[in-house]
Amino acid sequence: MYSAPARLRPLEALPWLLAIAVYFAAPSYLPLGAYVFIMILFTLSLDLVVGYGGIVTLGHSAYFGFGAYTAGILAVRLNGDPLLGLAAAALAAGLLGLATGAVILRTRALTLLMLTLAITSIVLEIASSATALTNGSDGLHSVPVDPVLGRFAFDLFGTTAYFYCLAVVLACWTLVRSLVNSPFGAALVGSRENDARMHAIGAPVYARRLQAYSISCALAGMAGALLTQTTQFAGLSTLGFELSGEGLVMLVLGGVGRLYGAFVGPTVYIVARDYLARQTPEYWYMGIGVLLVLIVLFARGGILGLVDVLVNRLRAKRS
Amino acid sequence: MTIALETRRLRKSFGALTVADGIDFSLEGGARHALIGPNGAGKTTLVNLLTGALAPSSGQIYLEGEDVTSLAQAKRVRRGIGRTFQINSLFRSLTVLDNVALAVAERTGAARKLFRPAFSHDEVKDEAHALLGSLGLSDDASRAVRDLAYGKQRLVEIAIALGMRPRVLLLDEPAAGVPSAESHRILEVLAALPPEIAILIIEHDMDLVFRFARRITVLAAGAILMEGSPQEVAHDARVRQVYLGERAHV
Ligand SMILES: Nc1ncnc2c1ncn2[C@@H]1O[C@H](COP(=O)(O)OP(=O)(O)O)[C@@H](O)[C@H]1O
Ligand SMILES: [Mg+2]
Repeated sequence: MYSAPARLRPLEALPWLLAIAVYFAAPSYLPLGAYVFIMILFTLSLDLVVGYGGIVTLGHSAYFGFGAYTAGILAVRLNGDPLLGLAAAALAAGLLGLATGAVILRTRALTLLMLTLAITSIVLEIASSATALTNGSDGLHSVPVDPVLGRFAFDLFGTTAYFYCLAVVLACWTLVRSLVNSPFGAALVGSRENDARMHAIGAPVYARRLQAYSISCALAGMAGALLTQTTQFAGLSTLGFELSGEGLVMLVLGGVGRLYGAFVGPTVYIVARDYLARQTPEYWYMGIGVLLVLIVLFARGGILGLVDVLVNRLRAKRS
Repeated sequence: MTIALETRRLRKSFGALTVADGIDFSLEGGARHALIGPNGAGKTTLVNLLTGALAPSSGQIYLEGEDVTSLAQAKRVRRGIGRTFQINSLFRSLTVLDNVALAVAERTGAARKLFRPAFSHDEVKDEAHALLGSLGLSDDASRAVRDLAYGKQRLVEIAIALGMRPRVLLLDEPAAGVPSAESHRILEVLAALPPEIAILIIEHDMDLVFRFARRITVLAAGAILMEGSPQEVAHDARVRQVYLGERAHV
């Protein structure tokens, strides 16, 4: 915030270097990698509202799914350009965020949580009944996706998808990083920390939260669009609140309100699921459950919080 | 003298309980005005009504002659009403500098900026540092508020309010909870505030009240019992009865 610089530290290059390394070291994991990027973007959008805005939500899949369907329907009916679909999804989800946020952000705490749940249910209901557009419970199959920038066609190995998602995540991360470090981000943290005081210093708290919420919804919509474009499929599961819950779990796992929790959480979660599901498919949920219990018991700040504690201990020992 | 803040027949009820019962009160420009009264008299509620944190049941509030009764809190506050809280209301996990900078940034409009890092907004930081310097808090600027001693946290309460450069400042028991050995520090800070700010102070420490205030209003059970100079208040029989009676030193 105002006290500490938000300089780029060398360590912040790590996720991107790792992403490149995966491309060379584990080419067969590219489709899984693209999926990890998509969930990173979704979790990042959640961190903006949950971690920085203090708005706990179980409704973010509504915007993810809305973006997924926007990109899908646009591609099926009009134009399969991926960047166009991405922009349309961001706009549509952002506007949906603005409209729904304007209502629900007037409430607080449990009421707010319930309303976010209601939003996912309503959007899901609409999507499953508007079969002419969405194809109902069958979903949109074989969504056409043109080459990115007219040059890079989506290939069987998932190379284009991998780098396309990586580029979008990089762009969005740059945006979110500068948002949370800006005075706007500081004020957002201020209302999370002490709402009454923000009001007392004349801050338009509601308008700020709505602004952050809409931006976050636009990002979630982009994540949804990426899923549609990389899988050529948009289904009702993108709208279910299970996805919202999964996003929250990933965020808590990585660490809430620290930007990089959104990178660590989904990566660990998805890689662990992939591994556990292969070893002992029937115990996968137990594995993730145990992991969560450990995090909540011993590492309130998530994996990154744990790293902080260890680093501080090492420093203390050295000095 | 101009009137900075004024209320007309201001009423507030919580259900059957009336905590502001037709209050006609005015605060002059540059005032050093104290509001005293027993616990539960409705002093904090009056502050909440004045800042817009609470909506009155009826009556009007005028800020520099303009009716602001229906103006939302943020807008009213931006027109120059600052306040502190009886019970610390700070950004506890943030640094002292951040606490004050948040207020400064709201006033200057910097808080609307989405992209340039807060850290590079030198105008906000310089002003916050200068303010902390004037309150003797420079050494604590980069400490988290929750790590400060309570007396210093009370000073941060005041610092945040000053970061808004208010024309009217409502201080709700600024020395509450501060050991008496340290409360002189609060008084020093209050005495050094710019004379043009109209100040209403709620305080139980009569020593502090009589040293600071040039005018005193006594509130009891949601109504104004009397108003006058410190002398008049100290010698008023009704005031002694409801409030001062138990205090031997007045
Ligand atoms: N939000 C509220 N709801 C109900 N009663 C309240 C509320 N706020 C204050 N009161 C009551 O109003 C009365 C005045 O409270 P307050 O203004 O805090 O008094 P003071 O600051 O003079 O000690 C008290 O009886 C208190 O219990
Ligand atoms: Mg009080």
